[in-house]
Amino acid sequence: MPGLGASFGRGGATNFQEDLANSDCIVIEGSNMAECHPVGFQWVSEAKARGAKVVHIDPRFTRTSAIADLHVPLRIGTDIAFLGGLIRYVLDNELYFKEYVVAYTNAAALVGEAYVDSEDLDGLFSGFDPEKNQYDESSWQYEPEEPPHSGSDDPAGAAEQDRREQDPEVKKTDHAQAAGSGGPPIAAKPKRDETLQHPRSVFQILKRHFDRYTPEMVAEVCGIEPEVFLQVARWVTENSGRERTTAWVYSVGWTQHSVGAQYIRTCSILQTLLGNIGRPGGGILALRGHASIQGSTDVPTLYNLLPGYLPMPHALQHGDLDEYCADAAGKAGFWGNKRAYMTSLLKAWWGDAATPENDFAFDYLPKIDGDHSSYRTITDMIKGKVSGYFLVGENPTVGHPNGRMNRFGLANLDWLVVRDLQMIESATFWKESPEIETGELAPETIGTEVFFMPAATHAEKEGTFTQTQRVLQWRHKAVEPPNDAKSDLWFYFHLGRILRERLAGSTDPRDRPLLDLTWDYPLHGHDQEPSAEAILREINGTGPDGRAVSGYLELKDDGSTSCGCWIYSGVYADEVNQAARRKPGREQGPVASEWGWAWPYNRRILYNRASADPDGKPWSERKKYVYWDEEAGRWTGLDNPDFEATKRPDYVPPDGARAQDAIGGADPFVMQGDGKAWLFAPAGVVDGPLPTHYEPAESVVQNALYKQQANPTVERIPGPWNRENPPLSDVFPFQVTTYRLTEHHTAGGMSRTLPYLSELQPEFFVEVSPELAELRGLTNGEYATLVSARTAIEAKVLVTERIRPIRLRDGQVVHQIGMPYHWSYSGISTGDSANDLLGIVLDPNTHIQEDKVSTADIRPGRRPRGPELIDFVEGYRQRAGVASGRVGVNGRDPVAAEAGEGSTL
Amino acid sequence: MKTWLDAWPVFRQLTGPDPLGRGAAARSKATENVVSRTATADRVVQSVCPYCAVGCGQRIYVKDEQIVQIEGDPDSPISRGRLCPKGSASKQLVTSPTRVTTVKYRRPFGTEWEDLDLDTAMDMIADRVLQARRKGWQDENDGKRVNRTMGIASLGGATLDNEENYLMKKLYSALGAIQIENQARI
Amino acid sequence: MTSISSASPAFTGRDPDNRLFGPLPDVQGEAGYDGDHPARVGFFTDTSVCIGCKACEVACKEWNTLPMDDSHGVRDVIGLSGMSYDNTGQLGANSWRHVAFVEQTRTVDLPMPTFGRPGDDRQDSGRSVTDGPNDESLATAQQSVLNAEALSEFDPQTGQSGTDKQIRWLMSSDVCKHCTHAGCLDVCPTGALFRTEFGTVVVQGDICNGCGYCVPSCPYGVIEQRKDDGRVFKCTMCYDRLTDGLQPACATACPTQSIQFGNLDELQARADARLATLKAQGVETARLYGRDEDDGVGGAGAFFLLLDEPEVYGLPPDPVVTTRDLPAMWKAAGAAAAMIVGVAMSAVLGSRRPR
Repeated sequence: MPGLGASFGRGGATNFQEDLANSDCIVIEGSNMAECHPVGFQWVSEAKARGAKVVHIDPRFTRTSAIADLHVPLRIGTDIAFLGGLIRYVLDNELYFKEYVVAYTNAAALVGEAYVDSEDLDGLFSGFDPEKNQYDESSWQYEPEEPPHSGSDDPAGAAEQDRREQDPEVKKTDHAQAAGSGGPPIAAKPKRDETLQHPRSVFQILKRHFDRYTPEMVAEVCGIEPEVFLQVARWVTENSGRERTTAWVYSVGWTQHSVGAQYIRTCSILQTLLGNIGRPGGGILALRGHASIQGSTDVPTLYNLLPGYLPMPHALQHGDLDEYCADAAGKAGFWGNKRAYMTSLLKAWWGDAATPENDFAFDYLPKIDGDHSSYRTITDMIKGKVSGYFLVGENPTVGHPNGRMNRFGLANLDWLVVRDLQMIESATFWKESPEIETGELAPETIGTEVFFMPAATHAEKEGTFTQTQRVLQWRHKAVEPPNDAKSDLWFYFHLGRILRERLAGSTDPRDRPLLDLTWDYPLHGHDQEPSAEAILREINGTGPDGRAVSGYLELKDDGSTSCGCWIYSGVYADEVNQAARRKPGREQGPVASEWGWAWPYNRRILYNRASADPDGKPWSERKKYVYWDEEAGRWTGLDNPDFEATKRPDYVPPDGARAQDAIGGADPFVMQGDGKAWLFAPAGVVDGPLPTHYEPAESVVQNALYKQQANPTVERIPGPWNRENPPLSDVFPFQVTTYRLTEHHTAGGMSRTLPYLSELQPEFFVEVSPELAELRGLTNGEYATLVSARTAIEAKVLVTERIRPIRLRDGQVVHQIGMPYHWSYSGISTGDSANDLLGIVLDPNTHIQEDKVSTADIRPGRRPRGPELIDFVEGYRQRAGVASGRVGVNGRDPVAAEAGEGSTL
Repeated sequence: MKTWLDAWPVFRQLTGPDPLGRGAAARSKATENVVSRTATADRVVQSVCPYCAVGCGQRIYVKDEQIVQIEGDPDSPISRGRLCPKGSASKQLVTSPTRVTTVKYRRPFGTEWEDLDLDTAMDMIADRVLQARRKGWQDENDGKRVNRTMGIASLGGATLDNEENYLMKKLYSALGAIQIENQARI
Repeated sequence: MTSISSASPAFTGRDPDNRLFGPLPDVQGEAGYDGDHPARVGFFTDTSVCIGCKACEVACKEWNTLPMDDSHGVRDVIGLSGMSYDNTGQLGANSWRHVAFVEQTRTVDLPMPTFGRPGDDRQDSGRSVTDGPNDESLATAQQSVLNAEALSEFDPQTGQSGTDKQIRWLMSSDVCKHCTHAGCLDVCPTGALFRTEFGTVVVQGDICNGCGYCVPSCPYGVIEQRKDDGRVFKCTMCYDRLTDGLQPACATACPTQSIQFGNLDELQARADARLATLKAQGVETARLYGRDEDDGVGGAGAFFLLLDEPEVYGLPPDPVVTTRDLPAMWKAAGAAAAMIVGVAMSAVLGSRRPR
């Protein structure tokens, strides 16, 4: 989550769900919390019962809107305009929390002279390279303080790293994501103007940047009335400040956009100006959609990260451990200890084989050198470059956009391993997919060998999930899995064991990393299940005495400590599985610190030093949370302080201080190089230091704010199987948004197969307004066909006033279609797959796709069957001026296939 | 005789305080013996719901090594014992009759699934991993050392445990596989 | 105040001997339980906080191992109802909880043409989709908007922004009412339906012979026969769980405490307070349903806070226990009544299922 990471230093929710009960106003935007997180929504209900205002900002009127105080039906894809309007309102009316902003943010920092704002370049920032569609971020940097009071141990090395950071191939790899725990590195702390008057101060830049986001402009772009905007503005500002706090809640309604990270940045700026970060009832709650999606980035199975948001080594940047650590060595903030975290990780993985002499086996790590994210890999599969693929509890042919392209990828593998509970569509693509029906795929042409390996359920294995507020909770095992069903832990451990046995005795240096790997875990039971607790303990880390460390401050860079994921260090403190703690909530205070364990250091509200004023006193009695106890000489309060416990509020870093010692006693954002929340991001966000409103890649509306229509750095994956609908196209005249329903789960493998859930939402449907139904002749309960440049799908129609067309000021009417994405052909509840309709365009920061907004046509009746479907869609492409989407055998390039290449036959 | 008569509702109705026969007198044998299956379970373990990321506590009741009930854990300060429809249905997730619990194999260009022994499948997968790793190996790319393989890719769901993700990343990295992704990016 | 007087003028007064009608302070005592029986329990379903998640439906089915079903219990295929998000349809033998979804819109009375929903042909509701731009009217439209006052006018609880139309989406989890005077129980010839020590009404599956008399006797249409089985089924308020000191499955799961379980008198007090709060907030349409002990069923063990007329939710406005008139009929035709009873008794004895 670079949006949060670049703003505050960590990419996780800043608060916790229960704390919403303390909010005076809750804005749910980019989230349908009541439907997608119903049990978490109890805390919103509780706040409301206590008198809090609840606002739902969403294009659709949902079950969340139904019990909100106010629903704001903005046009799909215009949240930055809305939030930008709120920022302007706050700045213009001087409603920001002044003491907080001056002390805790980079408002006073000066930006270098080379910076040119998007105001002056019609929607672009300085440093744009139109050839590569990328920014060189050098001109966005701070003007450094003189003389520097803090800095790198190795200024030359750090400068070299900064230079390489701008290399296009490095930029492609989403290094900003490494700000998941530790903000983006900066060269030095900035020069400041505490009066905020300097024209190059962040505060003045911010004012100029958002000046055009007037209530009228918001109304025009978002398609709402200025008075509705002003109502939200009043509620939010009246409920922020010393005495009151407002919380913002978002989920994939923000991330799944071509400017997704900037949506979150905009909210971060607003919440920071209002003084709502680090305080009870405030914050930005990122609601994750899967049981351990936070855990899956913390302990990542992501190509560009190592555990704890350490970046995966890059071939152009990180030749050795020194280079790897050069950008952080000695710098202010907790990234200053990067070498200790990395060395400890290498020790955890390679044990005695990791020595100071061999750079702690740093070279054992493979290197990345570009974007190797999932969608790129699918493209490589279609080109025949990937031999084998593991799908582990994931159903991409349904859950990911452009199912057809995904299926073509799978059809060109040598082998595929699917680990799941049910026979999901990604395992049966070779015999049952829509392309079998059209003739684009056939079992006889598909050489992919498929292994379906049955998996254990959550009840049949033990381990931890990290839920949405960073809390690790241990699950005890209830029963043994049936037959061949095994945990993924079992599968990977024994696969590794077999591979190591096969290669035993090998002298090939390429095999050393595998053979030297620490792969010796206690095994339990008849199945020889590896001990999840032993692995959790390895993740926690051990000290020189072999005992579990109590936290990452104990980690060393000399090889005497080992730690599998530094931010999780402490989860096994005192040799106790802290994630398994289950002291009942009713026996604890409101923070309930003794239930599970939260990273970092079991802190539940992040940056909670900011809940006290610079002197360490609570901002108000009503919002008292963590504060300085002068007598005890330490920070105290309801939560564990997210601060060094005994660092005085008046601590001033001495010259030459490094790492955490360079963070002042009044700097709550301890993971940032300057200790401040970033209103302006001089680094860490590749598409601009400030958010700007761009229209989605597939929009039917012209950008009213700038000449620049869409995000200039948007990432595209061109090919016949991923055609884009042109913006402003008459052929694809309607906006489509996708979402979940309470009754189903993502791609449906865990819900469409269950009777009780299937009967509650038994069929794929789309939601349209009565106006669109009339315009296109659609009938409630009957079929409609939706068409894009990718394919056509059919769905039952639900006509509802909850979907609202929008008339813009120039008279243009924007019709919006709602489309839940749970379905496909398998299971009890079936239908076409919504994601087949979508193309893949990506946020350049995160490589996350713009699922939330696309375009399509809709017409009554069922879609064509068989090969007719191909011609039908091709006709649309031709009319829209889109290149052909016809493909050759198994989806490969049609020309090559005709020439006899690329065919496996 | 008395016992038999007592068991006869009409007798109870005529002789007891429930002359209309709508309550105490109408209780059947099954009613008298009713007991909830949470009370008769052999054990209960604390778990966490596998659907969304709210992280609701679950209590799983087990009898004769079968799950007989999953419901909310009132001890959880996050969920306070409540569950949504998916969480409430999670026993079906475990006990679903359509769940596939044995290995299935589809050979290249095959038209049907075949059965395969688990150990054989593990060996076959290991063979293929080593082969793909070799086939896609790169010591260098564009003159820079990368020591990796482009032959193997992986995509995990975000319902994997932290410990599982950890072993996956560790093993893949040691193999030199880098195209390792997760639902978390989606 | 009774709600049935207009319908049945002959029986407006309360007959002190009629144990099939009117308030009943000790429903369990009336059913033969001795003085130390547990307090009467019930459900208070506060629909103003319902989020329509249907956890109650699933938790109920899960606990009671009910079959998957379509809305009418007769088909083995499932399909989209086309009625908002309600694919359950109604209570039945296999659906003991049913969440109703009611979509309502209201045109807001604004003084001038609005900047609003296109394609709406009503007056004052904007121009049709085919209209071209009209700068003059649109300039006005930008100014003429829904304001906060208009919002509260609709309903501050659920009032919504919008343009010329306000949307309200009502959700309500329906269930067996466990009536004070339960028609199903009163007509059951076999004693299969009985009043529990908790004051709830439960079908005993080991007694029910599938005669179906209870089905038309329910004023709410709750109880239903399972087609393949013949016997009747309905909510038991999780009788088995109650005997173990647990709450019913639906109330246990309910994320927002829309479904509250407890002692009936405590729930009634809570509901009265909640209603007062909503009224104070200006939610004039809020009302309690099934709370009144003087209503046609003597008050319900499962009662509701609604935000609109009961009919809107598919609930009968004036439910009356179908056996209310039985005693009067007996008085009017004593000998005949005795004969009827005799016949009924023999039916009871004759219909006991062989075991």
